Amino acid sequence: MSHIVDTMFPPEAEDRGGAATPLLAVNGLVKHFKAKNAVVRAVDGVDFHVAKGETLGIVGESGCGKSTIARLIMQIIAPDSGTLLFDGEPVGSAALPLGDFRKKVQMVFQDSYASLNPRMTVEDTIAFGPRVHGLSHKAAVTRAHDLLHRVGLEPSRFAGRYPHEISGGQRQRINIARGLSLEPRLLILDEAVSALDKSVEAQVLNLLLDLKDEFGLTYIFISHDLNVVRFMSDRVMVMYLGKVAEIGSSEPIFKKPRHPYTEALLASMPSMDPDNRTQEAPITGDPPNPINPPPGCRFHTRCKFVSAICANAEPVLHDVGGGQSAACHLANPQSGHPRLAAAA
Amino acid sequence: MAAIADAGIFVPVKASRGYWASVAHRLIRDPLAMTAAAIVLIIILAAIFAPWVAPADPYKASMIRRLRPVGTPGYLLGADELGRDMLSRLIYGGRLSIFMGVMPVLLAFGIGSGIGIFAGYVGGRINALLMRTIDIFFAFPSVLLAIALSGALGAGITNSIVSLTVVFTPQIARVAEAVTTQIRTRDYVEAARVSGAGPFTIVRVHVLGNVLGPIFVYATSLISVSMILASGLSFLGLGTKPPEPEWGLMLNTLRTAIYNQPLVAALPGLMIFITSLSFNIFSDGLRSAMDVKQ
Repeated sequence: MSHIVDTMFPPEAEDRGGAATPLLAVNGLVKHFKAKNAVVRAVDGVDFHVAKGETLGIVGESGCGKSTIARLIMQIIAPDSGTLLFDGEPVGSAALPLGDFRKKVQMVFQDSYASLNPRMTVEDTIAFGPRVHGLSHKAAVTRAHDLLHRVGLEPSRFAGRYPHEISGGQRQRINIARGLSLEPRLLILDEAVSALDKSVEAQVLNLLLDLKDEFGLTYIFISHDLNVVRFMSDRVMVMYLGKVAEIGSSEPIFKKPRHPYTEALLASMPSMDPDNRTQEAPITGDPPNPINPPPGCRFHTRCKFVSAICANAEPVLHDVGGGQSAACHLANPQSGHPRLAAAA
Repeated sequence: MAAIADAGIFVPVKASRGYWASVAHRLIRDPLAMTAAAIVLIIILAAIFAPWVAPADPYKASMIRRLRPVGTPGYLLGADELGRDMLSRLIYGGRLSIFMGVMPVLLAFGIGSGIGIFAGYVGGRINALLMRTIDIFFAFPSVLLAIALSGALGAGITNSIVSLTVVFTPQIARVAEAVTTQIRTRDYVEAARVSGAGPFTIVRVHVLGNVLGPIFVYATSLISVSMILASGLSFLGLGTKPPEPEWGLMLNTLRTAIYNQPLVAALPGLMIFITSLSFNIFSDGLRSAMDVKQ
């Protein structure tokens, strides 16, 4: 709190809704992409919320709609329907115009190189956002240097460099610094560490945990790597073909998944113990085409517990206790799935 | 969040070599491109300082000295069909010929880049409408289009420039649109949008710098085409009018001498050839200097 306090944005009434209000609440989010003669149901009715200060992990196979959700939240693409509430206020309303929302939610992209302008120095890249929001050049550059320092890059060595002159891990640190340059409350990490090699990945994950504490951030952590999601997340959302299959606190989901898809995903994680390795693929084939998803439960074509009801009735998310919900007939005792009757 | 303030110390940083500096660095090490650049430079300088460089008055005719061969004392490159000093006329001719090569391309670069970047960044239906309209121009071969437009507008330098600009604008617009469409979907443009920047700021800061280079390279490769087309228009009597020295026009007026003094008659063509080839080699060198994986 010294001579450069004046470079900060004016402190605003943060946490307007109080601790109980979710930072982000997503309701009925739908996005269909029009292909030539078909409609791709990329995100098909998704509800979830992110509490203040937590990390929500989103997992699923490629094409399940993870990244589309990130882009919908960031308003890079417009949803077909659905609402976003940020700290209790609808995004884009008079109470929370889009410009203000964008200051509070930022994103780190997967491809560290493609997400940096090759003609811009590191410091200009980080200073760009604050400049857009009216900070003076000097103040923005000072902030860029602060942030470089925070993400573990010495400003005097890195500020004047170009993206092609530095390594992938360093570039991703710069992307994180840029994400933080507007002092957001929510940071969306879309496969942010997937392209890094394992040792660098671990460093960046630890950096993310440190930054979360330091700046009081909330994360949405999108990844296909279950180990990483388990390490990072307080809660996990499992997606399948544009729908939520299961959502809940991280530990119960990883210990006792209630949706057969989650179970299969977890079983596909490579074991560290060679004697305990998986001999058979727990799940086979590709996910069905989102252009024409199967009727009923979307997972029924690959599910080992499939019965007639699965193809006819679509299961809704059912609360199974412990903050865990699963969209499976087996999770709902009233669903009439034959296996439930057999067990009873 | 206030914790961010205490570590900040403003350190002036020595920037590493910027993109254009490294392009220049690579270009200087390309001997072929540098030779071409030197030739172009010599021709341009000679044209600019023609009154001091040229040994004689390019307009002064002499009926007794018609069609002197190359090497005649006092007429280093011979004399034309009216006895005017060829060397002086070639030096003066460079003024109009190079002007006619550069000016339409410059104008088309401005207009075409504007249309193309706008269409590429906006995308969607507006892009389709603009680009399909521009495609109409591709239905005509560029020589034919230039002749038709010049013919309709009437002979003269200004009209030639206008018609050549119309010929090149669609070509540059198409390249500009293609490059911009490619850049627009890059993550860094999305990141800029996410940070709340408006379209004008994004185009100015993130798109232009990445798009103008490739368009510029394409435009420099059009200079030679423009020179040749302009010479062609003059040859047909649609561009410059006699007695103005201009390479295309000189080629036309000397064509009757092709059997008597073939070397002299070929000289203006040789100048067009050397100049346009040099422009092309230079633009090739520029492209590969910019192309290196950064």
